[in-house]
Amino acid sequence: MRNGSLLPRMVASSSSLKLQDLIQEIREAKTEAQEREVIQKECAHIRASFRDGDPLHRHRQLAKLLYVHLLGYPAHFGQMECLKLIASPRFTDKRVGYLGAMLLLDERQDAHLLITNSIKNDLSQGIQAVQGLALCTLSATGSAEMCRDLATEVEKLLLQPSAYVRKKAVLTAVHMIRKVPELSDIFLPPCAQLLHEHHHGILMGTITLITELCERSPVALKHFRKMVPQLVHILQTLVTTGYCTEHSISGVSDPFLQVQILRLLRILGRNHEESSETMNDLLAQVATNTDTSRNAGNAVLFETVLTIMDIRSAAGLRVLAVNILGRFLLNSDRNIRYVALTSLLRLAQSDHSAVQRHRPTVVECLREPDSSLSRRALELSLALVNSFNVRAMTQELQGFLESCPPDLQADCASGILLAAERFAPTKRWHIDTTLRVLMTAGTHVRDDTVANLTQLIGGAQELHAYSVCRLYSALTEDISQQPLVQVAAWCIGEYGDLLLEGSCEEIEPLQVEEEEVLALLERVLQSHMSLPATRGYALTALVKLSTRLRGDNNRIRQVVSIYGSCLDMELQQRAVEYNTLFRKYDHMRAAILEKIPLVERGGSQVDEEAKESKETAQLSEAAPVPTEPQASKLLDLLHLLDGPSGDAQHPPPLDPTPGGALIHVNLPFAPPPPAPIPNLKVFEREGLQLNLSFVRPPGTPTLLLITVTATNTSGGDVTHFICQAAVPKSFQLQLQAPSGDTVPAQGGLPMTQLLRILNPKKAPLRLKLRLTYNHFGQSVQEIFEVNNLPVETWQ
Amino acid sequence: MIKFFLMVNKQGQTRLSKYYEHVEINKRTLLETEVIKSCLSRSNEQCSFIEYKDFKLIYRQYAALFIVVGVNDTENEMAIYEFIHNFVEVLDDYFSRVSGPSHTQASPYRAASPTCFQAGNQSSRCLC
Repeated sequence: MRNGSLLPRMVASSSSLKLQDLIQEIREAKTEAQEREVIQKECAHIRASFRDGDPLHRHRQLAKLLYVHLLGYPAHFGQMECLKLIASPRFTDKRVGYLGAMLLLDERQDAHLLITNSIKNDLSQGIQAVQGLALCTLSATGSAEMCRDLATEVEKLLLQPSAYVRKKAVLTAVHMIRKVPELSDIFLPPCAQLLHEHHHGILMGTITLITELCERSPVALKHFRKMVPQLVHILQTLVTTGYCTEHSISGVSDPFLQVQILRLLRILGRNHEESSETMNDLLAQVATNTDTSRNAGNAVLFETVLTIMDIRSAAGLRVLAVNILGRFLLNSDRNIRYVALTSLLRLAQSDHSAVQRHRPTVVECLREPDSSLSRRALELSLALVNSFNVRAMTQELQGFLESCPPDLQADCASGILLAAERFAPTKRWHIDTTLRVLMTAGTHVRDDTVANLTQLIGGAQELHAYSVCRLYSALTEDISQQPLVQVAAWCIGEYGDLLLEGSCEEIEPLQVEEEEVLALLERVLQSHMSLPATRGYALTALVKLSTRLRGDNNRIRQVVSIYGSCLDMELQQRAVEYNTLFRKYDHMRAAILEKIPLVERGGSQVDEEAKESKETAQLSEAAPVPTEPQASKLLDLLHLLDGPSGDAQHPPPLDPTPGGALIHVNLPFAPPPPAPIPNLKVFEREGLQLNLSFVRPPGTPTLLLITVTATNTSGGDVTHFICQAAVPKSFQLQLQAPSGDTVPAQGGLPMTQLLRILNPKKAPLRLKLRLTYNHFGQSVQEIFEVNNLPVETWQ
Repeated sequence: MIKFFLMVNKQGQTRLSKYYEHVEINKRTLLETEVIKSCLSRSNEQCSFIEYKDFKLIYRQYAALFIVVGVNDTENEMAIYEFIHNFVEVLDDYFSRVSGPSHTQASPYRAASPTCFQAGNQSSRCLC
């Protein structure tokens, strides 16, 4: 190997450069440029060698090319060489050829299909090593067509005497099933036999094959459910046999196979009582007997827990599973705690009470330094909050909120607020909790928190004084948390008088001067940290205080007039309006700025501004009002109809009681979408049919459009077709021009004619039709009244 | 199911990569950079499982080398964790003195035949 470096580089015998020599050369390159140079030179030699077609050294050239490809250099020109090498009878050629095929000839290459034939030949050759190579390549890069072609070959190899070949055949079968699920019919039968294998490799492959089959085909699933006892037996042997060096990892006998079998049992037992029952004992045995001092044992135990959770297991078994997870939580290994938290979260829905028992441990995990663990712990804690533990849990969660990383703060805050909403024991507690969250993580809460809180406070009349005092103290300390400032400003505006009284019995009495309150609000207005929305709140609060405070309003008026020239549109508008309120409408000010009445949640929005909420209150009162004048208009209409009935030929049979009429007649300002009116066949004679279709355009309730359609299924044409119509006097009728006067025979193009009928009095429709036409050499005249007119045509 | 298998050194260079589902070349580099970044930024205090897009990443550090396996969510993370160690032990047995590449040393990983990772599931423990 060392001799290679002694040979002068210029000698053109590099076609015999061995792979190891090339690697050596590349390693000796000091810089990337040098490496590239060496490789490019070598690739040129390789290309030349391929062109010359030297069969002896082809495999060596390709090996070098593959090495270069591993380093990331282009190697596509070696694709055809792979094919040649695969087709060669020598094993050294085939080996490199198949390796090259796996690396260079994936499905997207055109040359890919060309290896199918070679593989087919090699599969049936009977030499193990060659069969192994072919199977390897097939399982790594077999396309769907190749799989279909070669499935039967592979199936034959599944029952070969050689374990080496059987193992590779099973792996190839797994790949084929993944590519072409329809091949499951071919691979289903051998599985039963393969389950009797002793060779763990083949057994593992078989279990995987069965798993893939069951996942893709319900027929296979049913078929393999019969094998559950056998699988149980295999797993049992694994668990109970003593130490076996060949398959043992950390004292556990082939944990990978155990995990695989457990996964298969999970799939088979899902939603199937009988299979689940067969597995119960085994699962309990595995759960109790597995050595959990090392990771391998824990992996098996974890898979067991997952299986218990998924099948129809006995209640005792489920409790066992939850307890195992609880034990995992106490383990010092972080990985195990992570999987335990994830699984408990899934169980929290179905086995809530069992998971509750581990609540203290879960809460402990909140204090983890690892963010993925604390995130899981947070989700699980939120899922475990119920009305019994809400106080304790909220305490813990708020502690967590104060110290958690920013990306978790939003989730934590909204989680606490949601829990508080659902389980709050008292209103005061709820307000306290929300306040505390706002003070800790105000910037991360959801947008509707402000609205919710103001509504909460507004609705709890007995707590007004308490809330405003607490909010005031919070505000004096910190005006940077926007949601808090907004709520506090609103509160002070609304309940400023209570604040000044200072007589709240639940907290220490607060002596507040009017000037202090005004100064605070002004500070909020002027602070650069305040958002425009917050400023709006503060301004309105100031104005509201003008009625609540006893002193004169000069200071307030001053501030408000300053903001009349503010650059922010919203503030400017408000300030100007409030100014006008002071100047021109001072007599109305007290009424307008009264305390807001309680508004229903979810109805009209809880708006912070006194004016706007007053307006919405007015709107909600006004809404029922418009319907009344409409109703009275309807009554007038009915009187019109009832009155001079002599005009109409037929008196309208309307129900004279207003209540009944209100139900039947549509309110004009809210037209419902018109239901389609069924067509009506009105006339048939010797193959000539007349159909009426009706349309009531939604915008004009008195209009009815009728389309008369004449179809002819007889042998003779209908010519000189004329249709005339007559209606009662109160109606107006317009006949539009027909599409033609001939209706061709044998179902030819039908003739249509549109009738427009205006029915201002909503009288019941009566329609008489007169038809004249020539048919089969005879002239026909028909006069008839249309019966069974649908009610929707005139109502 | 295992989606990909990476061996990455501390400087962020990919030493070995095998994808079991086709991923475009340029997307591969992007994926690898992001995966490496998340693994390198973890401290010893944190667990070995990371959630990345719709994969789960399970990684293990061996001196200057990270082995990262990307799986979908049907896999048992702890079994994969054990599998990584099994893989390293096999390499150690097969090639002896497994270590990361330096400029003067021939890297055993470079010569490793990819036929070792032929099937993207745990049964690939039966190596050729």
